[in-house]
Amino acid sequence: MFRRTDPPDCTIVWEGRELPARAGESLAVALLAAGITTFRETPVTGAARGPLCLMGACFDCLVQVEEAQNMQACLVPVTPGLRAQMQHGARGFVEDAA
Amino acid sequence: MKKALVIGGGLHGLSTALHLARTPGWQVTLLERRHVGRHSSGVNAGGVRRLGRALPEIALSVIAAEMWHGIEALVGDDCGFRATGQVKVAESAADIAKNEARVAQVRALGWTHEEVVDQAEVRRLLPAVSPHVVGAIVTRDDGSADPMRTVMAFRRAAEQAGVVIHEGVAVTGLERTAEGTIRVATDHQMFEAERVANCAGAWAPDLAALAGETIPCGTKASMMIVTERLPPFVDPTVGCSSRSLSFKQTAAGTVVIGGGHQGRNDKATETSTVLFGSLAHAARIAAEIFPCVAQARIVRSWTGTEARPPDDMPVIGESRSLPGLFHSFGFSGHGFQLSPAAGAAVAELMARGATNLPVAAFNQDRFTVPA
Amino acid sequence: MSVADEWTAEGAAKPPVAETTDVLVLGAGPAGMAAATEARAHGMRVLVLDENGAPGGQVHRAVEARLAKGAVEKRDAKDDQDKDGAKLAAAFRASGANYRPNATLWAVEPEGKVFWSEGGAARSIQAERLILCAGATERPLPIPGWTLPGVMSVGAAQIALKTGGLVPEGAVWLAGQGPLLWLYAVQALAKGGKIAGIIDLSPPGGLQRARPHLLRALKAPEYLWRGLVWQRQVKRTVRVIPARELRAEGEGRLARILVDGVAHPADLLLLHDGVVPNTQVTRAIAGLTHGWDPVQRCWRPGLDLWGNTAVPGVMVAGDSAGIGGARAAALSGRIAALEAARALGRITTDERDGRAGPLRLLRDRQLAPRLFLDAMFPPLPEAAIPDETILCRCEEVTAGRVRQAVALGCLGANQTKAFTRAGMGPCQGRICGPSVHGVIAAARGVEGGEVDPFRTRFPTKPLTLGELAALAG
Repeated sequence: MFRRTDPPDCTIVWEGRELPARAGESLAVALLAAGITTFRETPVTGAARGPLCLMGACFDCLVQVEEAQNMQACLVPVTPGLRAQMQHGARGFVEDAA
Repeated sequence: MKKALVIGGGLHGLSTALHLARTPGWQVTLLERRHVGRHSSGVNAGGVRRLGRALPEIALSVIAAEMWHGIEALVGDDCGFRATGQVKVAESAADIAKNEARVAQVRALGWTHEEVVDQAEVRRLLPAVSPHVVGAIVTRDDGSADPMRTVMAFRRAAEQAGVVIHEGVAVTGLERTAEGTIRVATDHQMFEAERVANCAGAWAPDLAALAGETIPCGTKASMMIVTERLPPFVDPTVGCSSRSLSFKQTAAGTVVIGGGHQGRNDKATETSTVLFGSLAHAARIAAEIFPCVAQARIVRSWTGTEARPPDDMPVIGESRSLPGLFHSFGFSGHGFQLSPAAGAAVAELMARGATNLPVAAFNQDRFTVPA
Repeated sequence: MSVADEWTAEGAAKPPVAETTDVLVLGAGPAGMAAATEARAHGMRVLVLDENGAPGGQVHRAVEARLAKGAVEKRDAKDDQDKDGAKLAAAFRASGANYRPNATLWAVEPEGKVFWSEGGAARSIQAERLILCAGATERPLPIPGWTLPGVMSVGAAQIALKTGGLVPEGAVWLAGQGPLLWLYAVQALAKGGKIAGIIDLSPPGGLQRARPHLLRALKAPEYLWRGLVWQRQVKRTVRVIPARELRAEGEGRLARILVDGVAHPADLLLLHDGVVPNTQVTRAIAGLTHGWDPVQRCWRPGLDLWGNTAVPGVMVAGDSAGIGGARAAALSGRIAALEAARALGRITTDERDGRAGPLRLLRDRQLAPRLFLDAMFPPLPEAAIPDETILCRCEEVTAGRVRQAVALGCLGANQTKAFTRAGMGPCQGRICGPSVHGVIAAARGVEGGEVDPFRTRFPTKPLTLGELAALAG
C-alpha cells in the first residue's frame, strides 16, 4: 500500500501493538505506513472506515488517543510511546464522568 | 367557493391553511416569501410540551396534545413524534417548593397532566442526571417531534387538501376593496380573498402595520446546540426549574440543547446569529445537569427568528383595522406544540367568525391601554 | 516594548493572546502567509490561526521540514513550488505575526469577534479585520464502495508523501481527473513509488471545450506545458485506462476495483475530481453572499476587487475565493492585506493602489490559464452517480435517498438534511456538500445556482460542550 522512504525513529502503541513511527508526523500517516487502513467503525451501521482526506475535513479517521475519543488521527502529531486505538461507533461515556 | 389567503409558510400558516382547506366551501392559497419552514418552524427544538405552560395556554395545549397523539391521522405522517415525556428538574429545596406550588395551581384549574416526583423517581426516569438533582415535575405523555419533518408533513397534507402554495412571493400591501374583500399586493401578482390569515411569524407585526394596526411585538432568536451522536442515555425531554434549559436526545443519538438563550436577529436581512458568549451558558447548564455530556462535541449551533409579544403569549384574533384579516403569530418560541390546535382555531375563526377552541385569551385587545 | 516584541512568530513557547488585534488571518497557506507578512509590513498587529502544526497550507505542506532535510534543494518534479513555499514561510516567520499553529477557528461573530480552540481550550479575540484564507478542498468523487478502508483521496496520498515520505507500493490505483492527479503521480514516481494504473474518468471533449480559452492561457504557458509533461512522464511507465464507470469492492476493506465491469486487484485506490474553494466558514457568516460558478459547479464568496466580502471587515483571499493556484493565492493575500492597511488608516488609498498595481498584473498572469483548465476538467456529472452510492459518509446517506427526498418536495440541501441527515454529521457537509448539492440540482433538472447553498453553522469545527461551557466564566 505505502512504503516509507524515511526511517522510523520511535514507536507508538496501536490496539496494544507496537508500531514504528516518526515523531511529528500525524498519527494517521504513521498508521497508514504500518499498513493499517481501518481506524474506526461508524456509529450508524458499524461499517469499517479509514481516512479519506488527511487534512482535517472528513472526520473519517476518528480514533481514541489515550483517553480522548473521536480524535481526528490526521491532526494528532505522533509523540514517542503514544497510545491509540480504534473508535468503535459513537463516543462512549467515561466511567468517572457518569 | 370562497377564497382565503394565508400569509406565511411556517407551521402555523400551514396548519391554518390545512384546516381551512378541509372546511367545505373554502379555496385556500398560501404565500411564503422564502420557502416553507424557512425560519423557526423548521429549526426549533421540536418540543411537544404541556409541562410548565403559562396558565392561559394550558387549555389549547391540552387539545393540541390530543391532536399530536393522533398526528398521523391528521397529516398522514407521524412527524417523528415520540411520547417520551417531559421532565423539569429541581436543583434545590426552593425549586421543590416552587414545583409543588405550580402543580397545585394547575390541578386547582382541573388539569392533571403535571405531576411532582421525588429524587428516586427522577433518577429512575433520568439515570444519567447529576446527583444534585432533588426532584422534578413530570408530564409523562408529552414528548418531542421532528420539526422539519413536521413542516413537510403539514405541507403535503395541505397540498393534498387543495391548498395552493406560492413560495418566493412577498406581500407588499393589504387593502379593503369596495366589495368588502381584501386585496393583497405582492412582489409578483395581486391576490384577492374574503379572508386572510397573518401567520408571518416575526414579520407578522409588520403586516399588521400594513393593515393599519399596531400590535406590540418584539423578536426572539433562541439558540440551539446539537452534539455528535452519543449512546442512548436519556428518553424524556429535560428542562430545569430555575435555569434556562431544554435538553433532549434524538433517535439518532445526538443531543439537542436549547432553553431560550438569545442570539441576535436582523429582521431586515432575515438572518439571525448565534452569540457564543451567551450560548456558553446553555452548554454549562447542560453539562451540570448531565455531566456525562461534558466531553461530547458540538457539531452545530443555530438560531431561528420568532415573534415575541411583551407577555410571551401568542396573538390570535381578527384585525381591528381590517376586518377579514386574522392574526396568528407571536408564539414566542413555544408554538410548535400548539400548531395543530391553533391552526384549527384560526381556520374556524376565518370560516365562521367564531370558535369553541380556547383562544380568547390571545386576542390582541389585551394590549390596548384602557382610556 | 515595540509591537513586534509582543507579537512574535519566532518563540517556541506560545505568546499570550491580546484581547484585540488589527488583523486576524485564518490559514497559513500561501495566501495567509503572504497576507500576514504584508500586513505586518504596515505595522498592524496580526494574529494567524492555522489548523496545521507548521506553515505551508496544502501546497507547501511541511515545506520547512523538507527544506531542513535538503529535499527541497534537489529540484525534482516539484519544479519551483517548494522554493516559493520556503520563501513565503521564511518571510512569514520573520514578520512578527502572532502565529498560532494547531489552532482551529470555529466561529466568527458580527463585529469581528472570533473564537477558536487551541490545546483543548476555547479562546476568543476581537479583530478589526478578518482575512480568511481557508484554501481549497478536494471535490468528492463518490463511487460505489468509496467508504471502504483503502479508498482515499489523491490529496491525502500527497499529504502522506509530503509529511511522512510515504510512497505508494503494490496494487495502488489512481482514478478520476484533474491536474493534481497527474502531479501526484509524478511526485510519487520520482520518490520511487509504484502505481498499478490510472483510471482516467475525464469526460471526452476536454480540449474542444477548452480551446476557446487557449490564447489567454498562453499568457502563462508554463502551466499547460507542465501539465503535458506530467502526463507524458507518467504514461511512459504507468498504464492509463480511460473508463466511464468505477466501483470499489471488498469485505471490510478494499480488495478490488471494477473498471467498466473489469475487475483488478487493489489495495489502495486514490480518487480525485479537482478542487473547490473551501467556503465552510464564509457560508456560516450571516449576510456573506456567494455566487455560483457554473463551469466548475461550486460556490465562491462574492468579493470586490480587493477581497472584501458583503460583510464589512471580512475579507477572503486565495483559493477559498476561487481556485487560482498557490502563486495567485499569495498575490491575492498581499492585495487583501494592502486593502486592510488602507481600511485601518495605515496607508492612503493612493499608496494602496500604487503598491497593488504590479501585484494585480502578476496575479492576472497567474490566473490566465484558469478558464482553459476549468473548461478542460469540468466536474464529473452527479446525475450519473448510482443510487446505491453513499454521498454523506458521516451519516451514510446514499444518492438514492437524497433523490427520494427531492421527490418528496425538498428543494435544497437544507431541507434534504432534515429528511435524510445528509450533511448533519461531524464533517458538516464538508465532504458531501458538493455532491449532495449536485445530485439535488440534477434530480430537479435545474442549474446548481438555482439550489440554495448548503448552510453551514458555527462551530464549523467540533468543540466540546465543556470547552464552550468554560467561556461562560
